[in-house]
Amino acid sequence: MVTVNTNGNSQALIQVRGLNKTYRRGGEQIQVLQGLNLDVDKGDFVGFMGPSGSGKTTLLNLLGGLDVPTSGTVSVAGDEITHMSSGKLTEWRARHVGFVFQMYNLVPVLTAYQNVELPLLLTSLSRSARREHVEAALAIVGLKDRAKHFPRQLSGGQEQRVAVARAIVSDPTFLLCDEPTGDLDRKSADEIMELIEELVSRHNKTVLMVTHDPLVAARAHMVLHLEKGVLVEAKSRANVLAGGGA
Amino acid sequence: MKFSRLILSNLFRKKVRLVLTLGSFAVALFLFAFLAVVKDAFSRGGGIASANRLVTINRISIIQSIPLSYRDKILRIPGVQSVTHDNWFGGVYQDERKLFPQFPIDPENQRQVYSELIVPDDQWNAFLKDRQGAIAGASTAKRFGWKVGDRIPIKSTIYGGDGAWEFNLDGIYHGKTAQDDETQFWFQWDYFEERVPQSFKGQVGWYTVKLDSPDDAVRVAKAIDAEFANSPYETKTDTESAFAASWVKQFGNIELLILVIGSVVFFTLLLVTGNTMAISVRERTGELAILKAIGFKDGSILFFVLAESLAIALFGGILGLGLAMLAIPVLGSALSGMLPNLILSKVMLAGGIGFALLVGAASGLLPGIGAMRLRVVDALRRI
Repeated sequence: MVTVNTNGNSQALIQVRGLNKTYRRGGEQIQVLQGLNLDVDKGDFVGFMGPSGSGKTTLLNLLGGLDVPTSGTVSVAGDEITHMSSGKLTEWRARHVGFVFQMYNLVPVLTAYQNVELPLLLTSLSRSARREHVEAALAIVGLKDRAKHFPRQLSGGQEQRVAVARAIVSDPTFLLCDEPTGDLDRKSADEIMELIEELVSRHNKTVLMVTHDPLVAARAHMVLHLEKGVLVEAKSRANVLAGGGA
Repeated sequence: MKFSRLILSNLFRKKVRLVLTLGSFAVALFLFAFLAVVKDAFSRGGGIASANRLVTINRISIIQSIPLSYRDKILRIPGVQSVTHDNWFGGVYQDERKLFPQFPIDPENQRQVYSELIVPDDQWNAFLKDRQGAIAGASTAKRFGWKVGDRIPIKSTIYGGDGAWEFNLDGIYHGKTAQDDETQFWFQWDYFEERVPQSFKGQVGWYTVKLDSPDDAVRVAKAIDAEFANSPYETKTDTESAFAASWVKQFGNIELLILVIGSVVFFTLLLVTGNTMAISVRERTGELAILKAIGFKDGSILFFVLAESLAIALFGGILGLGLAMLAIPVLGSALSGMLPNLILSKVMLAGGIGFALLVGAASGLLPGIGAMRLRVVDALRRI
């Protein structure tokens, strides 16, 4: 269950407390996130919406350990990541986070199989064990037969499926999806969202997703709206579909 | 290694660029090898000079001769084991481009003094009995396709005479080591004395003095020069290595020239490959950011970039040195007589590989550090 604006102790998988992020641009300070509190349980599917510059991607970067907050804490499965060194944070990301980006960001000189295998190269798994994991991940996204294809030989939707397979192959604690359908047509976007829903419902994955698309956001269990760095509204799936409030 | 596929895939990402960069390395390493063998050829005189040999020349210059009568006086100096003498003949065989050194030698002492140049006994004995006899170095004989028994006409450019001097090739000498000079052509002193104009008779170009012990070199050299001080033909005696070094200096400062050319090659290659690696890394900013996002550490990113540049350097270097191994014997043969033997040694090959890897590491380091310090968030924003 997703809880916003909480200050208390909880057993939530992801706990965000008093999160602030300030950027300096020239002589000006820009506060992107302001005292954000959030709890996300295992198996939750959370969508973040809001206008450009509202802090959605910054929040995702902080949750994924790609950036560090100005103040406040992020804890995942008991690990407080905000004070980890850069090296520790990199190790932590490898174990706990699967990323899916808008532009897929596959390595063009590697096949789908090799792209999916990348996170496993950081583990001590044997070649045969890696093969099992990669084939399983490609099977989940329905691309087992495209394993030997290079990204340029795949459609946009298929590339994003490969990116999803890369994100789940190491069985991370949670997935961060930044506009996963932003570069896709409606049909491909629906396929990707079905895949993500399946990951949540059948594989009990925890997913945090940024999107501009209300139809995509409506797939999440809970949609949080950010404005000027503040969580202003939380809607359940039913309310999003109905266009109502929380 | 599990990362090898990623590194190789990135290497072959832009095939034209890869070929051009490999080509840059190959050309540079070929040039490196060529400069190294030329430098070695010029400096080898000092390297292979025997420690127990001195060379005595006219104090004014080697062009001025000294009397043959000095030989016995030199032999009487304590510490001298044997003495031989030579003259620069400067003859032309067939045409002026086919240069090789010819010397009328003192057959009695030549083999004692230059014991590293081996002539089979039967050939040497035939030479001793033949007034027009000659012995050729193996590389010169090979160059002109000579074999024992051939008649060799050489036209003198210094000592005149009607028509060519005719020689019978009685033998072929070989050096004990690859570095020994096998380009010389020796013939009988008596034949030389017989044919040169009166003004040249009884005059030698230089003496080579073999010592009982290298420890006596300074003392004996001083004694020889003192013996002929205040005479019409004062002498200057040096160790053979000092003589070889001063001979090389006549061509100019070869070492400096080679150092300058080598440095230019090094920095040009560094700029070319550094620029290539920088472009290659810049093109892949997004991919590198993703690798960092999914857990590849800064050190791994630096390793990938360095591995690529080192692989290019290694393969380009091997290619260039391989070409050099094929071309240098051909070049050496074409330049025979103008330059000493061109020998591409294992040390030079190892030095070449070391040079290539140094350039590879240096050119990959800055782009690699840049990639290593890349902030994932900034890089992803640029995609």
